Amino acid sequence: MIRVDRKLLEEVASDEAFNAQACFNCGTCTALCPMGLEWLPRELFRYVLLGAAEKVSALTEAVFSCLLCRMCEAQCPRGVRITHNIRTLRGYLVKNEYRIR
Amino acid sequence: MALLAQNLGLRGSVLPLPGGYLTSWAKGLLLPRGGEVVLYTGHMYQMLPVIKAMEDRAKALPPEKRDQLAAILRLVNPLVNVSGFSRFLASPDWKERSNRILRNIVELLRRAGVECGYLYEAEKYAGALAYDLGLDGPFERHARRVARRLRRYGVKELITVDPHTTQIFREVYPQVVPGFDLRVRSYVEVLAERGLEAALPWEEEFVFHDSCVYARYLGLIEEPRRLLTQAGAQVAEPDFSREVTHCCGGPVESLFPEKAEEVARRRMEQLAGLGRRVVCACPICLLNLSEVRDPRQEVFDLSEVLVAALGQKEK
Ligand code: SF4
Ligand code: SF4
Repeated sequence: MIRVDRKLLEEVASDEAFNAQACFNCGTCTALCPMGLEWLPRELFRYVLLGAAEKVSALTEAVFSCLLCRMCEAQCPRGVRITHNIRTLRGYLVKNEYRIR
Repeated sequence: MALLAQNLGLRGSVLPLPGGYLTSWAKGLLLPRGGEVVLYTGHMYQMLPVIKAMEDRAKALPPEKRDQLAAILRLVNPLVNVSGFSRFLASPDWKERSNRILRNIVELLRRAGVECGYLYEAEKYAGALAYDLGLDGPFERHARRVARRLRRYGVKELITVDPHTTQIFREVYPQVVPGFDLRVRSYVEVLAERGLEAALPWEEEFVFHDSCVYARYLGLIEEPRRLLTQAGAQVAEPDFSREVTHCCGGPVESLFPEKAEEVARRRMEQLAGLGRRVVCACPICLLNLSEVRDPRQEVFDLSEVLVAALGQKEK
């Protein structure tokens, strides 16, 4: 069962540039990622769009291990702003898990 | 992370460093204080010796002891376990080298006819790390303070020395600081625009490593190549270069040192396959690739190669 978290959904909705919904799960990003981040952005972004905050916190380490290098973005056929989306998630985790404002 | 936020708030720098540490490189250069055009170091080169020393310490700990997110606290805040920052923590050869790189950059700019000021201790860290970590609140407050200070000094144009500081000032500050309209250019762009006087051709080939931020965020791809060629160097390129350059691993160094090292090794292999001498244009790339190089390989900062080329010409 996935518990839907309002805060997460609101955070994402308030960020106009967040465009994880454009992803059509082709896997190009994963294949190119120097860090081998498999969950990204396909799985992670789905959870986010569902508001599954617990799943997102469980992936905290992965969210913070992205290099923000944009190798994935350079090749994404859907123009997903992957690094922007990751930064938005970091902002959410920083505020809600680490309580830093 | 809270301590990083705190440091950024209180000191205006990510790492607590003693006064004078960040500005000692400029001694004797007679750079005027302030002015409309200033060289903005953003502290990245000056922090290399400290980052290096802290990485060595972190690597000495067994991995199971290194709780990942707690690690950043120790790493970015020596106040936790070192009372105050001690100079002994900085790696001395890197200290000298990074100071020399900054002096090189001033020399290159002067040769190209560009004079600029410097803010000395009034210069603050630009905040790229905080922004990347998603510390939006502290970052925005910090950025507004930095911008206010620049305004107070009457600065109109920044000449930056590394990709991260360039990107944050050029692309992020205008979003978070209302009315921020400073012209922001990297010294690489400034030099490329002016051109270097053609130097003697070198036998030696240099393998160029693009920084992710210069190449993919800022589209700064041709400029360093043009400078190297004008300096007489032969430039070799790995398959993963330009828009598809492969990261050096540096951005996650403080959080996940093993993974960062793996990425750096993979990148160094690609580069080493083409030649013995690697050139990069970012302090983080410089440190990370240097750390994993084979003793037969050398990793240079772009400015080091350019200065060497000009020196050779005068012989
Ligand atoms: S490359 Fe783009 S569209 Fe394909 S899975 Fe990755 S984010 Fe989605
Ligand atoms: S930006 Fe992050 S997810 Fe994309 S390729 Fe680089 S490390 Fe992987």
